[in-house]
Amino acid sequence: MILPLLKGLILTLKRFFNPYAVVTMRYPEERPKLASRFRGLPELQIGKDGRERCIACGLCARVCPSQCIYVEGATDEATQRRYPKIYELDAFRCIFCGFCEEACPVRAVMLRDTFELSTDHSKAIFDKAQLMDYSRKRNITI
Amino acid sequence: MDKEFFIYVLISCIKILIVFGVIQFMIISMIWIERKVMAHMQVRLGPMRVGPHGLLQPIADGIKLLFKEDIIPERADKLLFVLAPAMSLVPALITFAVIPFGDKVQIFGYSVDLVITDINIGFLYIFAVGSLGIYGIVMAGWASNNKYSLLGGIRASAQMISYELTLGISLIGVIMLTGSLSLVDIVNAQAKLWNIVLQPVGFFIYAISALAEVNRTPFDLPEAESELVAGYHTEYSSMKFAMFFMAEYANMITVSAIAVTFFLGGWQGPFLPPVAWFMIKLSCCLFCFIWLRSTYPRLRYDQLMHLGWKFLLPLSLLNILITGLVMVLKG
Repeated sequence: MILPLLKGLILTLKRFFNPYAVVTMRYPEERPKLASRFRGLPELQIGKDGRERCIACGLCARVCPSQCIYVEGATDEATQRRYPKIYELDAFRCIFCGFCEEACPVRAVMLRDTFELSTDHSKAIFDKAQLMDYSRKRNITI
Repeated sequence: MDKEFFIYVLISCIKILIVFGVIQFMIISMIWIERKVMAHMQVRLGPMRVGPHGLLQPIADGIKLLFKEDIIPERADKLLFVLAPAMSLVPALITFAVIPFGDKVQIFGYSVDLVITDINIGFLYIFAVGSLGIYGIVMAGWASNNKYSLLGGIRASAQMISYELTLGISLIGVIMLTGSLSLVDIVNAQAKLWNIVLQPVGFFIYAISALAEVNRTPFDLPEAESELVAGYHTEYSSMKFAMFFMAEYANMITVSAIAVTFFLGGWQGPFLPPVAWFMIKLSCCLFCFIWLRSTYPRLRYDQLMHLGWKFLLPLSLLNILITGLVMVLKG
């Protein structure tokens, strides 16, 4: 009966004298190490020409299980290329499953490491410009 | 003669002020130390935001408590409700009056005992005053007009009565060895050998009973938050709550000081000045309180009573018997 009690005391004392045992992450200062396959916010990728890669095929909207994507396509008069006139993503409904990324034929949607999405209810719907902004800040073009 | 009396009063007042100030400082620092030590034992960081490593946390807590609304429940017994926090804090502080924290020192040609008063029945004084603390808790439980508070108060009284018995009996072995009830004599008698060597069982019993006496984990049933909300101080807020909080820490410091005085040789020790030795021993005892708190879960009520009445009480009586036998045999 006494031995387990002493064992417990020794364990806590060991933890006390080992500062590396601490598991607390001081979040805003210390960033979490995300896995390389982490799925954050679906972002609209930017092509080599500096425009969105999206061709407004609507597959992402069709495949989305929570139906949080709304796409309305249009045709660019000059280049005869389809582009999304409206691309909206309801971040409150998104479940970050990544189906949109898999469905996309032109790799225009990608889930990267954006996870700090807390906003007001009125700002929960991200429009095209906002979704592209995240990619623009990364300075990656595909 | 008048001049001597004046100097005596002056010295006593200064001693009281210093001891009171040191205890207050210790209470405040204990809040930070406890949170920090416990956090690291539980693989957390504890307070980190207020000041470097959360050093200013106790001050922030104090300011927060000062500005909280002071609520007195409508159907509460107002007089007892207001009186209860003071009743639990004051006995914890005045116990220190008889605890010697250093040897005689010469200041400006006057010989000053580093103890507020050396009374020849110090042992009885400690227990007389120490038992008063329970009234504060029971009064708080009763006056709050809240069933959880009342249950906490009842539990506290049952627990503290059970353990005060063993607490007192565990120290009788030391009294028998010393042959004096004065705490100064007890410390002086330990100059060569600490009583913990002669009375290991007594120390063991004292440590457990003291833990139960000050309502600390694993014996914190009076404030078991999972069943009694917060026990006797459920209805308290603002500075009244802070006083209960301070009383808990003051009690911890007091029982640690008694343990140091009776078992760990008081201020006796080589090289360092006596006051430093006293503080070091006191700090070790207080660390053990935190250590035990962060390690053990709370006892169930029947386990608590069994431990007190069926194990500790017979053991402490046996301890006295054996101490007496050995003393008689050795002459």
